[in-house]
Amino acid sequence: MPHIALPSDLPGIRGAMAFRPETARPLNALVEVLLTGPSTLSRGERELIATYVSSRNCTHYCHSIHGAIAAAHLGGNEALVKQVKADFLQADVSPKLKALLTIAGKVQQDGKLVTTADVEAARKLGATDIEIHDTVLIAAAFCMYNRYVDGLGTEQPDDEALYRERGKRVARDGYVTVSEEYLASHAGR
Amino acid sequence: MPHIDLPEGYPGISAGFNFRPETAKPMRELAHVLLHQPNSLTPGERELIAALVSSRNNCHFCQASHGAAATSHLGDGSVVEKVKADFASAPVSEKMKALLGIAGKVQQDGKLVTAADVEAARKQGATDIEIHDTVLIAAAFCMYNRYVDGLGTVQPLDPEMYAQMGKHLAEHGYREPSIKQPAAAGANGR
Repeated sequence: MPHIALPSDLPGIRGAMAFRPETARPLNALVEVLLTGPSTLSRGERELIATYVSSRNCTHYCHSIHGAIAAAHLGGNEALVKQVKADFLQADVSPKLKALLTIAGKVQQDGKLVTTADVEAARKLGATDIEIHDTVLIAAAFCMYNRYVDGLGTEQPDDEALYRERGKRVARDGYVTVSEEYLASHAGR
Repeated sequence: MPHIDLPEGYPGISAGFNFRPETAKPMRELAHVLLHQPNSLTPGERELIAALVSSRNNCHFCQASHGAAATSHLGDGSVVEKVKADFASAPVSEKMKALLGIAGKVQQDGKLVTAADVEAARKQGATDIEIHDTVLIAAAFCMYNRYVDGLGTVQPLDPEMYAQMGKHLAEHGYREPSIKQPAAAGANGR
């Protein structure tokens, strides 16, 4: 049961977004830039960072949906997503992404844990300043989204198929476009 | 020293914002809606929530700037210090104490918020929107704080700089930068 009166037909962050469209718009705009905007990191890589941080924060809705979006970008490779959540050092991702995931894991705990050596290691593997910046901000932003989803006590379904289907949709159309639907369907309530 | 090549002379989050305007825009807009736009919680009360969470996250730049914004709204700097030290004995309303309790839990983990916490806030008059905004302000500052710290931004100690910034934020909100010109080299060193 959500802690406040959220629309019952919208699970996870969508119920909260529909409850308060004024904050939903910048929240969607931010995730759109970070995860779908022009970047030298692929969409799949950025979704893996979001998934990993959400998994560390134990937010079921976020790590399931972003894991599904990541898999959709990565040719349906759900095993890779699971491996990144369990132990990214053993996953079949680039050494650069492993260095960035290390930084993201530190930001998830506390931004002050990121060291010059962590950043140097990422840079040596080819990470640019913008990629390091975006990694820090994706990790920080998911510490917000995760707390928002958990702190309101939103509905977080278990059904994997639901996330898989939704993940394909978001991977194809992006966050702002899919948000317009549920924001419009609840407008004026 | 920042971890990446941030523009010089911009303290704290303003360096990140100037480095990446594409992400700055929605981040500014979110803070503006949450902290500045009209709401049944006063801007001073909302800045107190931001200052408490930033203090718990031990982020100097954010707790000093939002503490200064709260002080500018409330006209009394001792309230911010008391809220940061022990909000249960601070001179704020019972409703605010209940909301600060919820914010403190969200700062650790959203899952710690209980139905009883929310009921207690409601009994003191908190509305659903106020509870929502409290949760989201606390969550958002877990982002802003990690962003400022994770980039290794320069976080000056000079209280006067924060007092001016707080006054600007209190008057104009978050859509427009409070720092428009980079400081001269060394002026705001740690």
